[in-house]
Amino acid sequence: MRHSKIRSAKGRRPRVTRGAALALTGTALLSVAGLAGPAGATPRPALKAAGSPVTINVWTAFSGTLGTTFQHLVDEFNATHHAYNVVATYKGSYSTVLSDTIAAFRAHAAPDIAQVFDAGTATIMDSPSAYVPVYSLMAKYHIPFATSDFIGGAASYYETAQDQLDSMPFNSSTPVLYFNKTLLAKAGITSAPKTWAELNTDANALAAHGVKCALSSTGAYVMWTDMEEFAMWNGYPFATQDNGYNSIKGVTLKIDTPPFIAHLSMLGQLAKRGLYQWNGVTNSTVPLFTGGTCAMYEQSSASLNSIAAAAKFPFGVAPLPIVSGDVRAPQNTVVGGASLWVLSGAPKDTYKGDAEFLHFLMSASTQAYWASHTGYVAVTNAGVSLLTREHFYRMHRNDQVATNELTNKPAKAWTRGIRLGYLPEIRQDEAAAIAQVLSGKETAAQALATAQSQGDAILSQFAAQYGG
Amino acid sequence: MAARDGAATAERPSGELSAVVGPGPAPAGPGAFLVAARRRRARSSGDGGAGPAIFKHRLLPYLLLLPQLAVVATFFLWPTVKAVIEAFQQTNAFGLGSRFSGFQNFVDAVANGNYLQSIEVTLVFAALTTVLGMAIGLFLATQVEQVGRGRAVYRALFVWTYAVPGAVAGALWLFLFQPDLGPGARLLGQLGVKWNFALHGTQAMGLIVALTVWQQSAYNYLFYTAAMQAVPGEVLDAASVDGAGKLARFWRMTFPLLSPTTFFLSVMNVLYAFFSSFAVIDIVTQGGPAGATNTLVYQLYRDGFQNADTGLAGAETVVLVLIAGVFTVVQFRMFNRRVHYR
Repeated sequence: MRHSKIRSAKGRRPRVTRGAALALTGTALLSVAGLAGPAGATPRPALKAAGSPVTINVWTAFSGTLGTTFQHLVDEFNATHHAYNVVATYKGSYSTVLSDTIAAFRAHAAPDIAQVFDAGTATIMDSPSAYVPVYSLMAKYHIPFATSDFIGGAASYYETAQDQLDSMPFNSSTPVLYFNKTLLAKAGITSAPKTWAELNTDANALAAHGVKCALSSTGAYVMWTDMEEFAMWNGYPFATQDNGYNSIKGVTLKIDTPPFIAHLSMLGQLAKRGLYQWNGVTNSTVPLFTGGTCAMYEQSSASLNSIAAAAKFPFGVAPLPIVSGDVRAPQNTVVGGASLWVLSGAPKDTYKGDAEFLHFLMSASTQAYWASHTGYVAVTNAGVSLLTREHFYRMHRNDQVATNELTNKPAKAWTRGIRLGYLPEIRQDEAAAIAQVLSGKETAAQALATAQSQGDAILSQFAAQYGG
Repeated sequence: MAARDGAATAERPSGELSAVVGPGPAPAGPGAFLVAARRRRARSSGDGGAGPAIFKHRLLPYLLLLPQLAVVATFFLWPTVKAVIEAFQQTNAFGLGSRFSGFQNFVDAVANGNYLQSIEVTLVFAALTTVLGMAIGLFLATQVEQVGRGRAVYRALFVWTYAVPGAVAGALWLFLFQPDLGPGARLLGQLGVKWNFALHGTQAMGLIVALTVWQQSAYNYLFYTAAMQAVPGEVLDAASVDGAGKLARFWRMTFPLLSPTTFFLSVMNVLYAFFSSFAVIDIVTQGGPAGATNTLVYQLYRDGFQNADTGLAGAETVVLVLIAGVFTVVQFRMFNRRVHYR
């Protein structure tokens, strides 16, 4: 009985195949269901084109209320577009959606549209025959679509080196600084710190007034807030070749450099006194802020609603602090989240539906609905304008901070985003470096040197496999 | 004993046995089976009892084996072959353009500092969980055997942790020992331990080992309890009469008599540590902090599933299976000399 476990490592592959098989079965069932209606009325196959809607499968990582909100949009589309029937399926975490999509693609049963998270962008973008670029899809069906329709940090994160969008930016957020007004007031602080130096001073003041923890960062994505977005917001390059935008080959990290070392050292110094708390990638740090332990908190703007629901104290949202004395800062932040990819290999009649569905999702009213019902930002300029006209931001000032960061300044070539292959693995190395510094085992310089060399090895592997 | 049986059956004419499957009514059921069983034993003990096949049908056995063979081929052999093929190829995640790359994937794996660290982590993890899990299982088994009343209650208490799925156990322990917030973490804090397994590798390893031992000791307990039933009481009584103390009786009588179970469990525990530690690690530490709990299986998952690098994952699979294979062979070599089969 236990014996079978020996095989479980090797057995992973059939699990993928099984997933693909399930997907196949699912698709088969759907198409049977789709055909059953008209076929029952008149048994002629030609009727399919006339009546039954074309099914468009969309795979997402939207669970819970996000899933409900997305389904609301899907229902609205289906109700107004009778030629199509969009079926949204929740597949699990971001990385599950990507691995399931890959498995299904290899089994020729890919969804029509897949939601791929930020760190998976290079993997799919550098597999050109796996997808139909959204900009060319839209052009084919004469649907107005331009990179400039999207707000700065969202367009730049997903655009190619030629400023074109291979995928459509969708659920997008960016890190902001949440602050507990009650705790800050206790130390006589009236506004959120604008620079890291100010934050340091505030931390000391908080400690002097009996506040044990001044700052925490998101648990799973500390490398996103304090390495990647830290680089963008302060205008530092994260990797060579404009963070990988210009080339797959010959890309190396630039994290073993003074700005990153200084920032990590500072967090390490605070952590030594318990003033900065982060508890690894598997532990949520949200309760540290909402429970009133930590006075300030670097977290995604998308968490605004859940933080508001849990926090029993007045809090505010401020832009991330900048590095004092750096003339470039603040530059711009970029989005985290996911974009929507149209996969290749589908029957021809679905592509027009894909295009129309994406067009529906980027419309001002959809974006306004999405942004106001979730913590995500509106990714199109039209959406932002509509929300402004409806006085949404005036009533929800905290919601505007993220959009302001993303559009603070036009992005420099090296602040468009991070386009690195195997980024999830590189993030693990970044997280490892952060843990080493916070636990006092290594200095920031040592830890980042290790992360840099590990990351460079991973990048060269990616280049060997994807660089042609 | 086997020799005596063998001699007895060898005298019988084989015709009587073939009647069991031959046409016509079957002769006295249980008796015939007993004879057949004895006969088999006689043959395996190699004292010349070998005769012609008992079953005349040539096709039937293969037919009966077919479902199992199909399962093995589909779920074990085919994926294994695929993994080995992938190991020598470099493939784009979407399966576009794979090319033969020789041993490049193996070179990449070994060149990766994370991978070398994960070999060390796996060995430490396997050694700790095997030794601790077996020691605790054995200790509990011997103690419960001495309990007069309520033995069934103790048995149930010591076995149930094995019924908890790894993922559930992981979530439970993560909740208990979450730094600053978990009740277990607070208790440790009150005891003066600076608990934060998310930052301190040794603590993380300790937590994962404790959790695995918590589960595995139940498995070991179960097997040791079963084995204890087979230890003949009269032998121990005789030793008692000879004046052997409790400890002497255990170490010189019971423990050697349990050696087949000890051997079996050591193999199973090591294999468990190698292959089945995934769920717990994924939920509690994801291999962190700084790779302190990143076992080979977890590294394999990261490369194969998070990065969709099937070639590298294939190479790592091959290495993992080789290491586990070598371990098992070494265990067989080492133990077989000392195991007393009765």
